Amino acid sequence: MKLGLVVDLDTCVGCHACATACKQWNTSGTIGPLSDERPHGKDPSGSWLNRIHSYEVDDSPHSKTVNMPMSCMHCETAECVTVCPTGASYKREEDGIVLIDQDKCMGCNLCSWACPYGARELDTDSGTMKKCTLCVDRIYDEQLPEAERQPACVLTCPTSSRVFGDFDDPDSEVSRLTRERAGQQLMPELGYNPVNTYLPPRNPKQQERITVSPMQGVKQLVNRIINR
Amino acid sequence: MHPAFSVLIFTVTSGAGYGLLSWLGMGQLLGYTQTSSIDQQIILGVIAMVLVTIGLLSSTMHLASPKNAWRSFSRFRTSWLSREAVFAVLLYPVAALYAAAIFWQWSSINLLAGLSIILALVTLFSTSMIYASLRTIRQWNTPMVPALFMAYALVSGGLLFLAVSGFYGALNPQLLTVIMGLIVITLALKLVYFFWQGKPQGATIQTATGFTQASVRLLDAGHSAPTFLNREFGYQVAADQLLRLRIVMTIVAFIAPLGVVYWFTQGANVGMLSLAWLMMMAGLLIERWLFFAEARHVVRLYQGEQRT
Repeated sequence: MKLGLVVDLDTCVGCHACATACKQWNTSGTIGPLSDERPHGKDPSGSWLNRIHSYEVDDSPHSKTVNMPMSCMHCETAECVTVCPTGASYKREEDGIVLIDQDKCMGCNLCSWACPYGARELDTDSGTMKKCTLCVDRIYDEQLPEAERQPACVLTCPTSSRVFGDFDDPDSEVSRLTRERAGQQLMPELGYNPVNTYLPPRNPKQQERITVSPMQGVKQLVNRIINR
Repeated sequence: MHPAFSVLIFTVTSGAGYGLLSWLGMGQLLGYTQTSSIDQQIILGVIAMVLVTIGLLSSTMHLASPKNAWRSFSRFRTSWLSREAVFAVLLYPVAALYAAAIFWQWSSINLLAGLSIILALVTLFSTSMIYASLRTIRQWNTPMVPALFMAYALVSGGLLFLAVSGFYGALNPQLLTVIMGLIVITLALKLVYFFWQGKPQGATIQTATGFTQASVRLLDAGHSAPTFLNREFGYQVAADQLLRLRIVMTIVAFIAPLGVVYWFTQGANVGMLSLAWLMMMAGLLIERWLFFAEARHVVRLYQGEQRT
């Protein structure tokens, strides 16, 4: 199995619900509290496993706002794991999830240096590195109804722009979406082979409308209403 | 990259220590320490290991959970940091045996000298490969980094070897010439590195976000105050200050020590060699600070930078 996420950049509205749900679930999860520094102070800081950046792509008037949530990509070539001197970082053979054993981490920061996606953050309170677990303590939990055996970020996303699944299965939704919507990896030239895939925004169908004559346009509109 | 002071101290002082030990061992193998007394050789070895130890102790200070540091010997097969730890610790018993061999004039002294050189150089190489193996930092991901680390260590250790030997009146003039040549070579290598580093290359905000056909600008970083990632990777120094520091570093680490050593060859006091060494160490601390401050991690692209 090759578990990972697909993030739809077309529908993500940048609401930060995934980051909040992630923090809420994982702060009481397997990797211990995700501590905060000065949570009510002037410059609050803390460890988060998922962060959302917003970009303006292309120039006005053709520009578009794209929200890009980033968490661990569970790379196939996970150099954060190979550089780890203590063996705290590991990649699971069975499903490819990259995890950190909190009891072994010595907090040297080297794995965060090796990660191109900023997926690892040092928890200054515990002195260990924290990262996305792909909610490993949810997705295999048989106490939960089957529909809820998904990462917290995926369950909470109001626009369903996050999809979880097995990339090794060609018929899974993540594989199908990646195939049909030309899903891409971030910074592929670095050669980390990230598993998580981002679906680029779709092109609005402006060009089709322009080529349609006014009469045809009215016909199409009527047909569409009747079909509905 | 944020320059952690403990790591600057570690790489500079332990580098000089490993360099000094290498020159001591090479003296045994090549014969230029045959005229030196036993206590001079022992003192040189002790200084080397004290420098190495100061450096290694300093390196543990940047760990957030030092209680787990002992586990760092466990991933020798993949991690350069683990290899460094293993070789650094292995060197201690070998160096102790080497010291004993000097003291009691054992017949195995050449073997132990050779082993000490190999372990010192391999440890140095492992340290440099921690940085050079990171594909995320293009300024470090180059064979020039291990070459430079070895050169700094050999040149600073060699100068210290000369300074201490000078006090014992056992200075080898040929070695003096070799070290002066090495200072010039190291400086040349560093200048090549600076020119290479200035060339635009590597990942951009386009490849980082996947929008390779258009311009991309960060609108919102997603957090209101700096995060761990900003503090660790977002270290920013003004370009003119970097340039000034490069010039200061070049003078203090290389040109001034070279001048002082030359002055010594023209008949100045032997204490001048110690002065040259101290200047070089100060200059190398600036160099190491620059090595971190000028390294630009690709995570900065997600924080809004256009290129690394």
